[in-house]
Amino acid sequence: MKKLMKFKLKIWRQKNREERGNFKTYQVYNVSPDSSFLEMLDLLNNHIICQKKDSSTISFDHDCREGICGMCSLYINGRAHGPDNLITTCQLHMRHFHDGETIYVEPWRATPFPIIKDLIVDRSSFDRIIISGGYISVNTFGKTIDGNMIPIHKEQADKAFDAATCIGCGACVAACKNRSAMLFVSAKVSQFALLPQGKIERKKRVMNMIKKMDEEGFGSCTNTRACEVECPKGISTEHISFMNREYIQSFTAT
Amino acid sequence: MKDILNFNSKIPVSSLPNKWKDHKSTLKLVSPNNRSKIEIIVVGTGLAGASASTSLSELGYRVKAFCYQDSPRRAHSVAAQGGINASKNYKGDNDSVYKLFYDTIKGGDYRSREANVYRLAEISSNIIDQCVAQGVPFARDYAGYLETRSFGGTKVSRTFYAKGQTGQQLLLACYSSMSRQIKIGRVKMYNRHEMLDLVVVDGVAKGIIARNLISGEIERHAAHAIVIASGGYGNIFFLSTNAMGANASAIWKVHKKGGLFANPCYTQIHPTCIPVHGNYQSKLTLMSESLRNDGRIWVPNKLEDVIFIRNGSKKPKEINEENRDYYLERRYPSFGNLVPRDVASRAAKERCDKGFGIENNETKEGVFLDFSFSIEKYGKEKANELGIQEPSSLDKQKLGEEIMESKYGNLFHMYEKITNDNPYKTPMKIYPAVHYTMGGLWVDYNLMSSIPGCYIIGEANFSDHGANRLGASALMQGLADGYFILPYTIADYLSECITEKMSTKHIAFQLSEENVKNRIQKLIQNNGNMSVDFFHKKLGNIMWKYVGMSRNHVGLYKAIKAIQELRYEFWKNVFIPGNIDDGLNSELEKAGRVADFLELGELMAMDALKRNESCGSHFREEYKTKEGEALRDDVRYKHVSIWEHRKNHLISDEIMHKEDLNYTFIKVQPRSYK
Ligand SMILES: Cc1cc2nc3c(=O)[nH]c(=O)nc-3n(C[C@H](O)[C@H](O)[C@H](O)COP(=O)(O)OP(=O)(O)OC[C@H]3O[C@@H](n4cnc5c(N)ncnc54)[C@H](O)[C@@H]3O)c2cc1C
Ligand code: SF4
Ligand code: FES
Repeated sequence: MKKLMKFKLKIWRQKNREERGNFKTYQVYNVSPDSSFLEMLDLLNNHIICQKKDSSTISFDHDCREGICGMCSLYINGRAHGPDNLITTCQLHMRHFHDGETIYVEPWRATPFPIIKDLIVDRSSFDRIIISGGYISVNTFGKTIDGNMIPIHKEQADKAFDAATCIGCGACVAACKNRSAMLFVSAKVSQFALLPQGKIERKKRVMNMIKKMDEEGFGSCTNTRACEVECPKGISTEHISFMNREYIQSFTAT
Repeated sequence: MKDILNFNSKIPVSSLPNKWKDHKSTLKLVSPNNRSKIEIIVVGTGLAGASASTSLSELGYRVKAFCYQDSPRRAHSVAAQGGINASKNYKGDNDSVYKLFYDTIKGGDYRSREANVYRLAEISSNIIDQCVAQGVPFARDYAGYLETRSFGGTKVSRTFYAKGQTGQQLLLACYSSMSRQIKIGRVKMYNRHEMLDLVVVDGVAKGIIARNLISGEIERHAAHAIVIASGGYGNIFFLSTNAMGANASAIWKVHKKGGLFANPCYTQIHPTCIPVHGNYQSKLTLMSESLRNDGRIWVPNKLEDVIFIRNGSKKPKEINEENRDYYLERRYPSFGNLVPRDVASRAAKERCDKGFGIENNETKEGVFLDFSFSIEKYGKEKANELGIQEPSSLDKQKLGEEIMESKYGNLFHMYEKITNDNPYKTPMKIYPAVHYTMGGLWVDYNLMSSIPGCYIIGEANFSDHGANRLGASALMQGLADGYFILPYTIADYLSECITEKMSTKHIAFQLSEENVKNRIQKLIQNNGNMSVDFFHKKLGNIMWKYVGMSRNHVGLYKAIKAIQELRYEFWKNVFIPGNIDDGLNSELEKAGRVADFLELGELMAMDALKRNESCGSHFREEYKTKEGEALRDDVRYKHVSIWEHRKNHLISDEIMHKEDLNYTFIKVQPRSYK
């Protein structure tokens, strides 16, 4: 049996969008080093319920707990998704912390992600960016051509795939001092621009998505590359350069 | 009573290959100018719900789509790893619609509906074309053509994939198509909304009651038809591969309003998951079945080696070939590591029950999934290709690892993060876990439930997988239902109600809303002492122990009693912090779902008890062959068990009906993978 750990947690509590929030201190004991960060919070919430002291448990977003749905967030000790690279918070395990350590837990901080409650923020601005043009306009209820009629170079397909792995978690925005959403947007732009199916609408797409991104209040990119460091899927800032080229080209005549 | 007992499956009479074609030609249509007057509610935005929303909206209907997450892109389909089947015969391995149909029927242990499965196989290849057109970056070979791999239960390579993230890529494609419809304004998306009741007016589905999870408000929504695509109910076991929020509430509410529930006891246990570590755990993680392509499963064959492995004094590598038991290859030489899931799961359990499990914890479960052979093989091949003469074993390891990385990279990464072990260097430890529910609401060939106007698609319905689902066929079914089947069949029903004006004023809406509110009130005011999770875990334990990988008569009786007691205890002793008007309250959300699980669990055990045979994932210890394989009883149980809830009665008073399964095209045979 591995030695169980204890932690002091400073957690951001905020009742709703309007009210002011503040840090509250909690102690949590008997944490297995093999449990995930969210399982540690489950344990804490269970204490809160059993002690009946707080009027509510700590709210945080999560669903798949497999690092793929992009729902979990959390700023842990000043880093998006905590102190490990290439993972989401649900994949972060307590063995990365020292016994007795004090851990700060905050929500994503960015104006386009308003706080809903405690550690939960509203990321619907990301959806609206996709709605503005993050797709190929093919109808789904008809006949398309055979998949093998569109051969795609393996390397090209792999590159498009790498861009497509973005889970829309928002860590890139949270990590950026300008609150820029360039990494997220560029990943989608690249995915489609790299594929033959997506080429036809590429100009319109990049224009619409960038326009929407600005409207939603995301900042601009100053190449600090903090986003890349914190992205759980290793999306490269090369896509940002790629998108910038696409954007400039979208102004030139066809 | 009339509408409840009406479970005519409406299977067309034509010959099997013509059924769908002929049926489509008889379905009634709604003319394009009338479609915009019709509203459809779709609950769920996984592959089934999002694809349906998109296709319906493209046809011109107005769609209101609901999901409990903050965005449709997070629906649980996103987590599917391995791939999606389609009979394209691109590899020239003699695949065909018939073969896919046959494998699926056989894989389901002859407990699924022949006509539905045939239609699924027929449509499968359209799905791939559609997804390619939408920009899904499927794996490609060096010539630029689509790549495939094999999955359990088949001898052909028909699974299309995007590394270990196929579900994500397919869902994002659906989600973006749906986003395009949201832009046009035909789909209205209700994120963070949970359906809490179905509204039935004069026996016909006319709307839902939903809760806005942020504000806590209870809302009424009316529509000409309701489509439920809310996924499976495997979370009833607490520990499962499902997302934490996955639940049965939507389908359970439909059931209690008269929707018949089919085969509730069929739960698939997936053989390749990371074993349980401790009692703090909140979920189990799947390692895609596609890994079985390149992994060999074994345990030591000497009990003393098992002890050494557990206490760490021997590494798996130090166990020689002759001291290993590749039990799948031994027992099933023809399919080996690629036997179907139920077979692989039970074989692992059999070894662990005999004391050969390799995990060093209380459970002492777990077997090895070893990739060293494939790494070696691929390394050698790659070295040849690169012209490296006599590559060193280090070279081979490195080159081999690169190939494995390109095939399964993210899965290996995920495994390492969770377990702190590097699967490139040492075998993975795996054990079966609850994964997929083949049971669900009963539907006819048109995917309509026994309540007119209420359709059920994707994992939420029962129709295509029988007693066991083959890998890579759930994604196929979700998309077939949503993109290509429902949009035709629903028109047949809608053509009758074009002129109908929708309103939420009807007394049925009011009553439903009151019921929902009362229940929430009751939960919140219940000043008990225990958390929702406490009850959920207890229920999970009962389910796993008695209604899990194997069941028996005595155990099932125990389960029914234990669940009844637990349900009583829950309503007496659960505590949910907060007030009714607080808005977002995660504990309250969970409580509603667990309350429903506490009823469904009983029905699952009742169903398992009634089925005196072993088939697919339903293994009754009393019914097995001498070698310990499942023993089916086709004479008495070749049917779907269909449960009817009686209003204001207990779960134990539900009535069972039967739909006989007729096979005209194939011969029903014992299922063997030897
Ligand atoms: C880890 C994992 C790996 C898998 N891998 C594969 C694979 O490789 N190949 C394969 O074929 N299958 C795979 N499966 C199975 C497959 O992913 C699922 O069966 C399938 O995606 C289910 O799709 P669905 O659309 O029916 O439901 P889901 O994707 O589960 O969607 C359910 C939707 O309903 C919503 N919802 C639920 N309840 C409510 C409610 N009350 N109110 C409002 N909304 C609600 C949710 O928000 C969600 O949008 C895998 C499953 C898991 C768990
Ligand atoms: S780019 Fe990376 S960090 Fe940003 S949303 Fe996508 S996955 Fe998250
Ligand atoms: S909960 Fe899905 S990514 Fe963390």
